[in-house]
Amino acid sequence: MKPYHTFDHTADLGLAINGASEEKLFANAAFAIFDIITDLNRVEARDARRIAVEGDNREDLLINFLREVLYLYNGERWLLKEIRIIRISTNGLDAEALGEPFDEQKHEICKEIKAVTYHQAEVRQTPAGWTARVIFDV
Amino acid sequence: MDEYRWEVPREGAMRVPGIIYSSSRLMRAMGKDESPKQVANVAQLPGIVKCSLAMPDMHWGYGFPIGGVAAFDVNGGVVSPGGVGYDINCGCRLMMTNLRQEEIRPHLAKVVNALFQHVPSGVGSKGALKLSRSEEKRVLVEGARWAVKNGYGSQGDLESMEDGGCLPGADPEAVSERALERGKDQVGTLGSGNHFLELEVVEKIFDRDVASALGIEEGQVAVMVHSGSRGLGHQVCDDYLAKLVKHVDKLGLNLPDRQLACAYIQSPEGQQYLSAMACAANYAWANRQMLMHWTGEALERALGLSPRALGMRLVYDVCHNIAKIEEHVVDGKKMSLCVHRKGATRAFPPGHPALPQKYRKTGQPVLIPGDMGTGSYVLVGTEKAMAETFGSTCHGAGRVLSRAAAIKASRGRSIRREMEDRGVLVMAAAKGTLAEEMPEAYKDIDEVVNVVDGAGLSRKVAKLRAIGCIKG
Repeated sequence: MKPYHTFDHTADLGLAINGASEEKLFANAAFAIFDIITDLNRVEARDARRIAVEGDNREDLLINFLREVLYLYNGERWLLKEIRIIRISTNGLDAEALGEPFDEQKHEICKEIKAVTYHQAEVRQTPAGWTARVIFDV
Repeated sequence: MDEYRWEVPREGAMRVPGIIYSSSRLMRAMGKDESPKQVANVAQLPGIVKCSLAMPDMHWGYGFPIGGVAAFDVNGGVVSPGGVGYDINCGCRLMMTNLRQEEIRPHLAKVVNALFQHVPSGVGSKGALKLSRSEEKRVLVEGARWAVKNGYGSQGDLESMEDGGCLPGADPEAVSERALERGKDQVGTLGSGNHFLELEVVEKIFDRDVASALGIEEGQVAVMVHSGSRGLGHQVCDDYLAKLVKHVDKLGLNLPDRQLACAYIQSPEGQQYLSAMACAANYAWANRQMLMHWTGEALERALGLSPRALGMRLVYDVCHNIAKIEEHVVDGKKMSLCVHRKGATRAFPPGHPALPQKYRKTGQPVLIPGDMGTGSYVLVGTEKAMAETFGSTCHGAGRVLSRAAAIKASRGRSIRREMEDRGVLVMAAAKGTLAEEMPEAYKDIDEVVNVVDGAGLSRKVAKLRAIGCIKG
C-alpha cells in the first residue's frame, strides 16, 4: 500500500497518510512532503538534522511536526530523504532526518508546498493501523 | 435575497447572518464546495459586525473562505491570521505604458523572454538582492518607501498604492527569526503558484471619463503584477496561527475550525499579530515596487527604449489578503473596525479621505486579474460597497477546479500551445504550473465582474486582454 495519497481541495493540496504504527504514520507524512516537493531519487542521505516538537494532542503534534519538516526546505533549503522517529507520545516527538542541502545543479523542485493548515486535520487509529489527513497551502 | 445576494441564515452559534454575492450560474457551479459553511463559521467569531460576507469569486479555503470579508469591532472584536491568509498583502499592481499594441506585437517573444530573464520567478526564487538583517527590518517598517529610497521607482509611485505602500504600526520585533531568514533574499521575486506578471492590452473601455482620469486608453499596453510577501509572509502567518491556536484554548473560545484561531484586537497577542502582519504587508509592497522597476528595465532593454519613451507609470496597487483598521458607518453609527479581506479587494468610493487627490473624484481603482491569459478588469469603488460590504469587492476569477483536477483535464494537451493560439505567449518556471493555472480551472472572470458591477459594489472602467505572461 502506498504510504500516502493526495486528495482534492479546491485551491490547495490534501494529503491522506497511513502507517502501521504511529511512528510509521509520522515518518510517512514527512516522506510524503518531500516526495511531492522533489525527485527523491536524486537526494542523498548524507547529512542529519534533529527535529523535536510538542503538541497539545495528536493532530496538533502532527501539524507542528510537519511545520518543522516543511521548514527544512522552506527555511533552510535542505531536502529530506529519510526520517526516523526516535520517540513519540501524544504530546511530543523526537526524530532524526537524513538528507542534504538543496543544490540547483543536482535537484529538481517539482512542486512548492507553502504551509501546513489546521483545516480539517485529523489523526485516527483504525483496525489496520493509523491514518491522518492534512491540508496544505500550495 | 435578490438577483445578486444569497443569505446564509443565522443559526446555531452564528452571531450574525452571512451574505454571499453571486449569480445563480456561479452558485450552481460551486457544487460541493464547502465555502458557504465557511461563511457561517466566520460568523461565529467574537465581535463580528453586521454580517459575514463572501464575494462572487468565493471558493473553499481553510478557515475563512477565499473571497471572504468580515469586519470586527476594534473594541471587543478579534483579528484572525487565517482571515488574512498565508500570503499577507498578496495583491496586484497595474502599470500603463506609452506603447501601442501594434508596436509591441512584432517583438512579443523577445519582450516576454526579457521579462522572464530579468524578473526573478519560480519556486523559492531568490532575488538579485540579499538583505542584511538591519536592512531587512527597514523594509518591514518602510515598505515601498524603502524601495523608492533605494532607487526602485519614484516618490510619485507611493501615492498610487493603498496606504502609500506602507502600513503603520509595523514592528520587526514581532517577526520571528525564521520569517526574517526566509525574507532575506526574496524581496523582488514573483514566486510560484498563481502569481504572475502579465503583458496586457486595453481592449475595452466602459467609462471613458474615469478611464481617462486613470490614464487608460484603448489599445494601450499595460503590465499587471500579481505577487505578495513570499516566504516571510507565510512564516508570519504560520508562527501566529500556532501561537493563537494555543491562545484560543486558553481563552476557552469554542471555534468550529482551528484555522480560525484569533485574538482580541486590544489584547497583547492581537496587537502583536497586527504589528507582524504590517511588517509582512510592507515587505509585499517593497516586493511589488521592485518587480515593477525590473519590469521597466526589461521592457526598455528588449525594445531599445528610454524610460521616458516607455513611459511606464503606476495606475494603482491593491492588497487582497489583509486586515485593516478602518472607519465605517454601521446602523447609522460610526465605528472603528478591523476589516479582514481574504481574497477580496478594498473598493472605496469617490471622496473617501484614504484616496490620493488624483483619484478623489473617480473612486479607488480596483484591479481584478483574471485567470492566466484571459486578461484583467479595472473597476472603481462605490458608495454602495461602503454601505454594504465595508468598502469591498471581489479579487479575481476564483478557482473552480482543484489543482489536481486541472492537471488531469490538461493531460495530453499543450496548455502553452493553446494559449499561443489565443494570442498569449506564456513562459513558466515550473512545468506543472501551466496546467494547474489553465483557464478552465477558474470561474468566468466576466461573470464574476458582472456580479460586482450589477450589485453596485464597484463599477467597470476597462477590460484588458493578456498578450504575454510570466508564471512562477
